[in-house]
Amino acid sequence: MKYVDEYRDGALAQKIAATIARETQGERVYRLMEFCGGHTHAISRYGLEDLLPGNVQLIHGPGCPVCVLPMARIDLGIACARRPEVIMCVYGDMMRVPGSDGASFLKAKAEGADVRMVYSTLDAVRIAEAAPEREVVFFAIGFETTTPPTALAIRAAEKKGLKNFSVICNHVLTPAAMTAILESGECGVEGFIGPAHVSTVIGSRPYEIFASKYRKPVVIAGFEPLDVAQAILMLVRQINQGRAEVENEYIRAVTREGNARAQAEVADLFELRDTFEWRGLGFLLLSALKLREGYAVYDAEIRFGLVEKPAKDNPACECGTILRGVKKPAECKLFGTACTPETPMGSCMVSPEGACSAHWTYGRFRERARAAE
Amino acid sequence: MSRGLDIKRGRVDLSHGAGGRAMGRLIEDIFLAAFDNEFLRAGDDQAAFDVSAGRMAMTTDGYVVSPLFFPGGDIGKLAVCGTINDLAMAGARPLYLTASFIVEEGFALADLKRIADSMGEASKAAGVPVIAGDTKVVERGKADGVFISTAGVGAIPDGLNLSCRRVRAGDVVLLSGSIGDHGVAVMSKRENLEFETEILSDCAALHGLVADMVEAAGPHLRAMRDPTRGGLAAVLNEFAHAAGVGFSIGEGAIPVRREVAAACEFLGLDPLNVANEGKLVAFVAPEGAEALLAAMRAHPLGREAAVIGRAVEDANGFVEMRTAFGGGRIVDWLAGEQLPRIC
Repeated sequence: MKYVDEYRDGALAQKIAATIARETQGERVYRLMEFCGGHTHAISRYGLEDLLPGNVQLIHGPGCPVCVLPMARIDLGIACARRPEVIMCVYGDMMRVPGSDGASFLKAKAEGADVRMVYSTLDAVRIAEAAPEREVVFFAIGFETTTPPTALAIRAAEKKGLKNFSVICNHVLTPAAMTAILESGECGVEGFIGPAHVSTVIGSRPYEIFASKYRKPVVIAGFEPLDVAQAILMLVRQINQGRAEVENEYIRAVTREGNARAQAEVADLFELRDTFEWRGLGFLLLSALKLREGYAVYDAEIRFGLVEKPAKDNPACECGTILRGVKKPAECKLFGTACTPETPMGSCMVSPEGACSAHWTYGRFRERARAAE
Repeated sequence: MSRGLDIKRGRVDLSHGAGGRAMGRLIEDIFLAAFDNEFLRAGDDQAAFDVSAGRMAMTTDGYVVSPLFFPGGDIGKLAVCGTINDLAMAGARPLYLTASFIVEEGFALADLKRIADSMGEASKAAGVPVIAGDTKVVERGKADGVFISTAGVGAIPDGLNLSCRRVRAGDVVLLSGSIGDHGVAVMSKRENLEFETEILSDCAALHGLVADMVEAAGPHLRAMRDPTRGGLAAVLNEFAHAAGVGFSIGEGAIPVRREVAAACEFLGLDPLNVANEGKLVAFVAPEGAEALLAAMRAHPLGREAAVIGRAVEDANGFVEMRTAFGGGRIVDWLAGEQLPRIC
């Protein structure tokens, strides 16, 4: 497949792996965080860890939109979905994420709530157009990548004069989460594999502060396994040379300034929330978006008077420490016992981008090798 | 009431399932016309037939695919081939099928006829007649067009004993051809998913291929399975679980059509999880592998057959795959549903 196979070439991977092995000789350990779930998934799916020397350690970051959503937001969405007049549209990843008391959109649907899985925000707009007597709510999640499509849907609803379309906005911001990780200092990350799709929107400029203020190298990388391998090599070189810069491996899609039109559209419709709760990271100031006052009619939280209620995660669930890069999935007591993709207790086990799901689905055979050692 | 069916413009109504003359017409003009054979012509409520000595195989299956017509097939052909394949996976020679139709009120007679004709054609081509049937009509909204359930019986050749429990470490795993064609063909016609592709469903009856395989590998053949819902990944995990072994497979050895790979890429699917309706996975003792592969490749439905891996000792029952990229990964069951109603 053109433009795909080139980035999954096994022979090239061996060459990069050999270079990484050569340049990382010695006692030094390299602790690199791949921020994005997309990278976590690629690393696991292609078995990239098998090609890396033991002293290059990859720490899974919090860049999985489903994973960082706190239970209270899921509860709020499910409560809205249960209203008889509401058709709740969600991305497929959201369906199985557990809320309080084991509730989920999937279970709410089985109990009679009208929950529809959509592939695109515009599908939700179409549903609203076709059902003017119902209230169609889109449960918007994601980082900067999925915010422009939500903006587009609101614009489309506006243009069509739809009075029955609104969104529950859960859009969050990547730099805020990276700052939180660095400020806590818990996981000892020395460099970041920077987001692919997010960076196509926001550009590489917003990461410059991590290099200048925090002295951490950032290499923006595409989601293909060779992209990730190349980014690891670039990070190793920066660390070896004592540099801390923002470098761009993903030049085929990312510029320094990003997508100006998408940024403008988002800025037009959304503004910063004072604070927003992240699973694992807690309440972070100025880390998420809400609709501006002028677009309040499209804000389902206002429209239906939805209020977040405090919710508690299962105390044994380690999603929080895993999202902060402090623990690995297999270090959670629930991993593979009470918590599997079929019966997820925590959000990291649900999304294919979640660290626990990726490790369970693709990588858990390595535990056996480790046990044998 | 005695008028013939208006197949061109007519629609199924509740009288077609009421046991009266209208139902008789429907059966005669659509189902008898399509399946015509001596058993049905006898007009009894059951078919009576002789059996030979030895072991028989029996299976039952339901078909609810949406859409009913998809590139490379339809629900009728799927029902015939799917039931035959279930029998064939035991090494059985399929003998007879039955089919029961649950039709939604308002369903176009022309579509019902198209489905029945396609079924008749598939059954004739396979040499396996549909010898008994049933029709029920349910109110509009209580079904989606038409659902078909089938049963099938077949005769197992003397001395053949295929079972997933017989697979042991060292056995060779063979795949009869490219994976994911059926699932992608069906998905390409789904309402909210439509995309352009040349891919046709691989829907086919595999008993001819199986007969050649049984002849070539004989007692070395341990088991077979057609990777339908859940795809190749589900079959390997089921077998690992049942036989208490693990599997080690190579991604590079698994044939996937370019178009299927592309569709999976943008839908975020793994071809290993996507459904097939005309492929089989065979497990064979190492000494029979070469002859089996040659026999498969000599058959039109096994031309792209390949050795994809081996059964290994593993108490965890892991299916491990060496990726084309060069790393290792697990091939797991699919969690939840990839897409409902694929067959």
